[in-house]
Amino acid sequence: MTRRLLPHPGLSVLLVVMWMVMVGEVSFGALFLGIVFGIVVPIFTAPWWPGRPRVRFVPALSYAGIVLWDILVANVEVAWIILFKRTRDLRPAWLAIPLELASPEAITVFAGTISLTPGTVSADVSACGRYLLVHALHAPDPAAEVTKVKTRYEARLKEIFSD
Amino acid sequence: MSTATFAQWLVSALIVIGGSFALIGSWGLVRLPSLMERLHGPTKATTLGLGALLVASVAWFHLARGTWTTHELLVSVFLFMTAPISANMIAKVHLHRLRQHEPTAPAGPAGTPAPPPGGVDWATHEVPHRGTPGDFVGD
Repeated sequence: MTRRLLPHPGLSVLLVVMWMVMVGEVSFGALFLGIVFGIVVPIFTAPWWPGRPRVRFVPALSYAGIVLWDILVANVEVAWIILFKRTRDLRPAWLAIPLELASPEAITVFAGTISLTPGTVSADVSACGRYLLVHALHAPDPAAEVTKVKTRYEARLKEIFSD
Repeated sequence: MSTATFAQWLVSALIVIGGSFALIGSWGLVRLPSLMERLHGPTKATTLGLGALLVASVAWFHLARGTWTTHELLVSVFLFMTAPISANMIAKVHLHRLRQHEPTAPAGPAGTPAPPPGGVDWATHEVPHRGTPGDFVGD
């Protein structure tokens, strides 16, 4: 019964929280409407998330903290490169990152993280789903860059999305 | 220093920092050598720019009006979700145009990306294989 009414409890909670944040005030009416959305939306969108992976919340929170900090550092680093690095000293490179993650959700989060953090933008995934194509703004040592991204983000994401 | 003066200084500083980062990101669009390098400016330098402006907005409403606003949080969540996706779409279109050797899409200093190891191609050029994350037909 609970399973049928709340097929995706995490999404329901997220929807209620998002609704409350959007309304911007704590009132009974807002909470009621939020709960209605939290119940109805997951039921109607169920066909679009078959076989969703489990997410571990504690590692996910610490991951969000690390990524936020890295976004801060990334901004300063990229700003520095834009302002002071001469174009002929710049070493842009394409990196093919071998993926150990398998689920689409995990790969999406990984690719999004890469785009938001120091000097890298993810461009594509291979047709076999085992490599991620990433463009680095300044990578004098591409192999080191690949190792850094894999150890810093992918290892943590494997923990978050492990079944 | 009174609270009002402190609030003014804090909010002004945040707005100046935010504006500077947004400006630097836009300057990156102008001065970096080719499309793929230019993508790095707007996906990052402007994120912090906007982030600082949003913190300024929260601080202003709290210190000047005494209320907490939560809309800025939503703005940053949506920004973090959409910035990588739009950058990804632009990169994919660029890969296509590189493959077509379009004269208006020259390869940058990084050149054209090599195909991944194992005799496959990138998903932009080849239909994702069955049972892989990109395979939506096989579900």
